[in-house]
Amino acid sequence: MFTRRQALLGAAAAGVLGATLPRMASAAQVAEADIAGLPREKVALVAPPFVHAHEQVASGGPKVVEFTMHVLEKPVVIDGDGTVMQGMTFNGSIPGPMMVVHQDDYLELTLVNPATNSMPHNIDFHASTGGLGGGALTLINPGEQVKLRFRATRAGVFVYHCAPGGPMIPWHVVSGMSGTVMVLPRDGLKDENGRPLRYDRIYYIGENDFYVPRDKDGNFKKYETPGDSYADTVEVMRGLIPTHVVFNGAKDALTGDNAMKAKVGETVLIVHSQANRDTRPHIIGGHGDYVWEQGKFANPPAKDLETWFVRGGSAGAALYTFRQPGIYAYVNHNLIEAVELGATAHFVVEGGWNDNLMKQVVAPGPIATY
Amino acid sequence: MHPTLVGAALSGALALAVPMTALGFSDRMHQPKSVVPPAETIDIPAGTLDYALPGEFLDSGRPAMAPSKRMAVPAFSIMKQQVSLADYDRCVAAGACAAPDAQEVSADVPVTGVSWLDAEAYARWFSGATGASWRLPTDREIAAAAAERFAGDSFSAGADDPSNPAIRWIRQYQQEAAAKRPADPRPKPRGHYGPNSKGLEDFAGNVWEWTSTCYERVTLGAGGGHAGTTRNCGVRVIEGRHRAYMSNFVREGKSGGCAVGTPPDNLGFRLVKEKISFIAVINQRLQDLLGLARRNDT
Repeated sequence: MFTRRQALLGAAAAGVLGATLPRMASAAQVAEADIAGLPREKVALVAPPFVHAHEQVASGGPKVVEFTMHVLEKPVVIDGDGTVMQGMTFNGSIPGPMMVVHQDDYLELTLVNPATNSMPHNIDFHASTGGLGGGALTLINPGEQVKLRFRATRAGVFVYHCAPGGPMIPWHVVSGMSGTVMVLPRDGLKDENGRPLRYDRIYYIGENDFYVPRDKDGNFKKYETPGDSYADTVEVMRGLIPTHVVFNGAKDALTGDNAMKAKVGETVLIVHSQANRDTRPHIIGGHGDYVWEQGKFANPPAKDLETWFVRGGSAGAALYTFRQPGIYAYVNHNLIEAVELGATAHFVVEGGWNDNLMKQVVAPGPIATY
Repeated sequence: MHPTLVGAALSGALALAVPMTALGFSDRMHQPKSVVPPAETIDIPAGTLDYALPGEFLDSGRPAMAPSKRMAVPAFSIMKQQVSLADYDRCVAAGACAAPDAQEVSADVPVTGVSWLDAEAYARWFSGATGASWRLPTDREIAAAAAERFAGDSFSAGADDPSNPAIRWIRQYQQEAAAKRPADPRPKPRGHYGPNSKGLEDFAGNVWEWTSTCYERVTLGAGGGHAGTTRNCGVRVIEGRHRAYMSNFVREGKSGGCAVGTPPDNLGFRLVKEKISFIAVINQRLQDLLGLARRNDT
């Protein structure tokens, strides 16, 4: 038996047309009782760069996917020199965990602000529609919790962030309060011709710009509470030059023992989010085979990119199949930010070397004389 | 003719005839002894050393393990402690050294944030200020003085599988990641890491040390001999918890971007005191002159 949507998809000549249909359907009012009748799934979140287990192609119809996040204010070490920032986090990690649903699912979040915190917090989902992205309906004080549901009407990777109003907004975001929602098309990712694309692994790289004040000797200052750090931090923020640009919350958080892993022949989906500032991901020694630079899956992916641009306040997605073993640096290709400020991660890729792709024909040696 | 014999013969004959200014150290001879505190040194007796040579080695076009050689090390005296921030600041105050990039409040920490060029400038100034002759140690001297704390090439550069260079890259990367760094990279007061069996203090703590040894890339020939060498003195060998190579103007080790691996926490240095007699100095100058003449002949 065909559902109305499947019938329409079959009739549609182009995949692009198909991708616009759920949005039309979503515009219709649905009775609360209908939503109450949908299957529900409770998902436990995992800390980035990892992503909770999920189907790439939805096996059933729309459902309500439940998540819970606790806001945790806590000091975090953000580089190898022991620099401490008064961090604000969704669920204890910077960035906050990724939530994966399918288009037309309902994402239902319980947001908890424990009494141990000092400030009100909320959440603005770029994937949602109305209510300041949910920010208007989720502002909670320490000791409160709130539950928000929104329909995932558009497929793509979307930033979420804290937006508690006025000058608190940028401060909370550059203190760590951002994360990503991935809304997959129900039938999975597709190339520019509508053919399915699959990934063997997914890594979620959240990039953060931090603005840590310095003392008169040039050393980074340490504060007892977030409130103590506020005035000095805003002053640095207004200069627009970050002191740190890092992946996964700290310099070298994704290198060495924590480097991301893959094997030759494996296809990896790399989701890159930046809630505040433009960035330009690049795999040194690799490419983006299929890249949704703006991160929205209704658009055909760009192919064979060397570097892609992720606008501040958005997330992008790149699919890459590793073809050669070795160590790959994954950087923000503003190399000053990569090397001096911290925006470098590594992939360790095992497998057989392909001389056809690259070979050192003659090893380094003295300049030949003829 | 053996150059040492030439030198010995000439120095006896010419020492009195050659004006001291021509030999270039009249300044030092007349310089007043200043108030610079003397540096405590330890004596390392002459000996032999089994030691992995610094540099990069290629065998049949593939990266090879650094060959280990038994080498003679003449006796020398080396500073017991690394040059301190207070020591170095006297050179800065004298206008002979550039201010370091050190970020520390205590003066008795080792100076850090200094390049090889900074260390050389300090050695020149310190020699003048003390009336003795000080220089950076060679890599071999550091190996002899550091004794059981010497790491050298802890990460083997040998190609594990000639057909797959990535296996070595990944192994080396993982070895470096596994080599735990000191918990706190901030410089500690001198003496914090204690002495080794020779009495040398703080070696292989969180301050790596510059040497005078140039970076070399060596193509090994049959039987392990050197078939070809490219020397780059713009890059010098650094020793500490592991060996590193740095451009001579760099003041801070860093990784990132393409440069994977574990960089030194901090760059500092200590100096060797030359035990050279007046005759030996003249000897050296003359050998230099003769060497120059020989080069001009060819």
